[in-house]
Amino acid sequence: MNQEKIIQVRNLTKQFGNFIAVNDISFEVKKGEIFGFLGANGAGKTTVMKMLIGISKPSIGEAIVAGFNVNTQAEQVKKNIGYMSQKFSLYDDLTVKENITFFGGIYGLSRDEIKRKTTILLEELVLEEVSNHLVGSLPLGWKQKLSFSVALLHEPKIIFLDEPTGGVDPITRRQFWELIYAESHKGTTIFVTTHYMDEAEYCDRVSIMVEGKIEALDSPKKLKEYYQVDSMNDVFLKLARNIE
Amino acid sequence: MKRFIGFIKKEFYHIFRDKRSMVILFGMPIVQIMLFGFAITNEINNVDIAILDKSKDSETQKIIAKISASNYFNIENKISNEKEIESIFKQGKVKAILVFEKDFIKNLQISSNAKVQVLTDATEPNTASTITTYINAILQNYQQDYNKIQGDNYQIQTQTRLYYNPELKSVFTFVPGVMTVILMLVSAMMTSISITREKELGTMEVLLVSPIKPFQVILGKVFPYIFLSVINAIVILTLGYFIFKMPINGSLFLLAVETVLFIVTALSLGILISTLAQSQQTAMMISLMGLMLPVIILSGFIFPINSMPLPMQVISNIIPAKWFIIILKAILLKGVGIDYIWKETLILIGMSFLFIAVSIKKYKIRLE
Repeated sequence: MNQEKIIQVRNLTKQFGNFIAVNDISFEVKKGEIFGFLGANGAGKTTVMKMLIGISKPSIGEAIVAGFNVNTQAEQVKKNIGYMSQKFSLYDDLTVKENITFFGGIYGLSRDEIKRKTTILLEELVLEEVSNHLVGSLPLGWKQKLSFSVALLHEPKIIFLDEPTGGVDPITRRQFWELIYAESHKGTTIFVTTHYMDEAEYCDRVSIMVEGKIEALDSPKKLKEYYQVDSMNDVFLKLARNIE
Repeated sequence: MKRFIGFIKKEFYHIFRDKRSMVILFGMPIVQIMLFGFAITNEINNVDIAILDKSKDSETQKIIAKISASNYFNIENKISNEKEIESIFKQGKVKAILVFEKDFIKNLQISSNAKVQVLTDATEPNTASTITTYINAILQNYQQDYNKIQGDNYQIQTQTRLYYNPELKSVFTFVPGVMTVILMLVSAMMTSISITREKELGTMEVLLVSPIKPFQVILGKVFPYIFLSVINAIVILTLGYFIFKMPINGSLFLLAVETVLFIVTALSLGILISTLAQSQQTAMMISLMGLMLPVIILSGFIFPINSMPLPMQVISNIIPAKWFIIILKAILLKGVGIDYIWKETLILIGMSFLFIAVSIKKYKIRLE
């Protein structure tokens, strides 16, 4: 596997007044891997992600994402990454096609490219029938898949997923992860935060944040061996108990 | 019964713990009473007038001193010939001009018809009427005192002339006012939910992560509404012209440009509210309730600003509507060109820049 590093984080810290949300963390993400970023609510996951995607400035430290420094080249970072937010980030009162056209335009795709990609996307996701329906009328699972694909329109090297599978049933979640796998096979790096521990099993490597620090970082298999448990859920519980 | 009381108790908790309800319950009535109480007045205070004294004799000086001493009038300017009348009215500096004819004392004593012309700017018809009444009263008073001393029955004749609105049609003040208030409210309301909607949907975050720049987002949100508001403005003006016979004495082009400028100012204010509000509901409430009263009262639409207490007059300066009403009346009724309203135009331009700049800054702050 390609050992090129697509994310390098060094001494990353974020302070809000006296509160240290992210406390001097350092880690790396390899190109093409599915990297799970886990942690309890309030552990600092979202804050880290916001810094990596260029919308929050680190208090101390730096991060190089897709070859660009988030401190000094935030605009470049934004152009080279994809992002899917928790709320799925599509406009409910625009149609499927209109959403694709809009986001394609914002990311600088030409009209022809947008046309081409729209056709491919609709085919792959089997959404041709509803291409002119308002996104608001689609079931949650479909919105999710569409959101994911729209985030990849500009073919970024890495895509950040912020709790992408909230609120859907396990079958739909499984289907979504198949999409993630497919994209990963193409060589795209996937950086995903989640608090579904079973999804952690699907990742190549996983890091677990507790109170602003990274307390564990390894493949699910190795983590389970280390903590001598059978599931990532138990790894997490053990870690949480250790800290206390 | 107990269930019922339990429920009422819960409702009280809701009300007292919700800041918004408290503001509406207690804050608004107080503010409203203060605003209306001070604004609604048929009296006039410190109205700026000018004097054209062609006699400059002892009697005219006495009359002028008497007028100046009263609280009702403030002698802003002394002009020296009739050519200045038109210009000073167009500038909007004074609401009335008193003209004392030549040989005032002679006319008073010999032919008993010393003439005083009261020229009023009738674009505010109620003020014009009141000014005329008060001036007449002062002159009558003076006439009485003079006759007591002289032991005779001399007469001062007043001639009134109403400029720009000879029929004292209140619609002439009404249409510009309504147009301003509606444009202001509708524009601000429309854009006020624009950004909060993105916040609520969660799409705001996605926009922040995307390569589109903050100023592109803010300006992009203002633009579409300009077209809609222009249509609004055209409808109001057309109705005013055809149904109420509202004149359009000035340049149509200047009118169009100034209207678009004001629309931009109002839209920018809406966007600013949008960046500050947490939810669409709050944004709507602020722009409707928060803006409506101050705009209606403090813009000079119904109640003349000069008659209000000083603090209110000062506050009225930050209401964009105030400046646009001045511009509108000047163009529609007085037919002036840009040279007379450049100050107000600059103020509106400045306000627009300020609102947009602060909006962009607030939007950017989400990035920190």
